[in-house]
Amino acid sequence: MNTIITTIIVVSCITAVLAALLTISSRTIGNYGEVVLTINDDKEYVVNGGSSLLDTLRSERIFIPSACGGKGSCGYCKVKVIEGGGPVLATEKPLLTKEELEDSVRLSCQCKVKQNIKISIPEELFNVREYSAVVERTEQLTPTIKLLRFNFGNEEISFKPGQYIQLKAPAYEGNDEEVYRAYSIASSVTDKHAVELLIGYTGGIATTYVHHHLKEGDDVHVNGPYGDFYYHEDDGPIILAGAGTGMAPIMSILQFMADNNINRKVLFFFGARTMKDLFLLDKIKGFEEKLNDFKFVPTLSREESEEWHGEKGRVPAAIDKYIEKGENYSAYLCGSPAMIDSIVQALLLKDIPSEKIYYDKF
Amino acid sequence: MIEVNPILIFFAAIFTSNMIFSNFLGMCSFIAVSKEIPTAIGLGISVTMVMTATTILNYMVYWTILVPFNLEYLMYIIFILVIAAFVQLLEMVLERYLPTLYYSLGIFLPLITVNCAILGVSLFMVTRSYDFMQTVGYSIGSGLGWALAITAMAGIRSKLNEKSIPEGLRGTPITLVITGIMALAFIGFSGMVQIQ
Ligand code: FES
Repeated sequence: MNTIITTIIVVSCITAVLAALLTISSRTIGNYGEVVLTINDDKEYVVNGGSSLLDTLRSERIFIPSACGGKGSCGYCKVKVIEGGGPVLATEKPLLTKEELEDSVRLSCQCKVKQNIKISIPEELFNVREYSAVVERTEQLTPTIKLLRFNFGNEEISFKPGQYIQLKAPAYEGNDEEVYRAYSIASSVTDKHAVELLIGYTGGIATTYVHHHLKEGDDVHVNGPYGDFYYHEDDGPIILAGAGTGMAPIMSILQFMADNNINRKVLFFFGARTMKDLFLLDKIKGFEEKLNDFKFVPTLSREESEEWHGEKGRVPAAIDKYIEKGENYSAYLCGSPAMIDSIVQALLLKDIPSEKIYYDKF
Repeated sequence: MIEVNPILIFFAAIFTSNMIFSNFLGMCSFIAVSKEIPTAIGLGISVTMVMTATTILNYMVYWTILVPFNLEYLMYIIFILVIAAFVQLLEMVLERYLPTLYYSLGIFLPLITVNCAILGVSLFMVTRSYDFMQTVGYSIGSGLGWALAITAMAGIRSKLNEKSIPEGLRGTPITLVITGIMALAFIGFSGMVQIQ
């Protein structure tokens, strides 16, 4: 009995002493006092120094994209630090390119705020907010792709067609890590109280959460919108191309064009393997009626069936067939890096200038 | 208690009883961080610093608190607590007052908390019942021995980069093979002094 009591007392005392020591030192040594954070030269915030730039910005309700939760492994949280960031840490170097290093770009989750600091971030990020939402509807579109509709209740989101949000996947059975993953918004920008996402099952942490754990009526947390992939005003014809869940931002763009009676000629190339991998066909049909010059070109790489009368093979080949050289096209692509690279090659051959090719690789 | 001169223990800990090559402790960071010489040296120095300081602290905790209360069996948990707290503290101090050192060593500090070589030294000092001076010699020596091992390995691995190694052996496997060979080489020193 005595041993137990002494054990408890001794362990508690030692732990308490160590904890007290650490608390005192983090209050004194780790306390950098109040510092001024200046963003884009015009906004000033007085913040408590000592935490990472990412957390400091978050406490001011400014959200920088981050997928790894500040572990320094995703490289999403890049921010330009003009002054007061201290030297670049070894943990940041692997994720920064040479140009970025020269341009004083830093990983905001690694860079600590210890003195007055000046940073610059894209204005759009001030628009980013955190939302809690309810899963209003889920629909299995193909064996691997699900459509989810998140309702924000009274809150509103405003985004550009093509942008993405980040969904928080909390810890669940078999996963003790909390992660954020980016998904493009598939719904219309006029649908302000909800977003729809297309999420394909890959076996990863977030897609397992969505496909195996998330049910209608559940609460979810998202933040956004982010991204520089969105519809740009122009008058030439427009090429859309995607595969799988790359359909999402394209749907939002098409919806936007339909809502605003934009009369540009549109060609939508969609790559898939077989007829079973095609989805949302009714919606696309609807666009054929609403938009006055819209053509949907599904391109199947593995379809053997006689019933298929559409294009076969890969998207770049279809582009080669349908696109005339020398027209004033702009292009929006969303898909895997390999697919995008091959499509970009095909588009460049058609003399489409690279600054008019917008893409979102995932 | 064995009667060995602390200075002898110091050298023995570097060569004959090297943490890596004779005890195979601290392998995780040894393999992960031995790709380049400068980083290896950085980690080596940090480990030496932390090892020395925590072993001395643990020595005092053990003899002044644990032994009088007959709580020797608690040493595992208490030693880990002391190490973790010390590393945290060191990180804060370095960050505040020696930023340059912090920027070169700082990232290794959290790695060190879970380095089993550090705990190993504290435990060996107990099981071998070293006195204070022997403990000091042993901890500094073990730290330097570990630093020596990782630096040597980084040197070999940076040479290895240009060589064509069979696919399946690249990275960790070849590192383990080399560690084994180096351990064999270090056996050459063994038997010169007995410290346990
Ligand atoms: S948040 Fe992932 S690298 Fe910074």
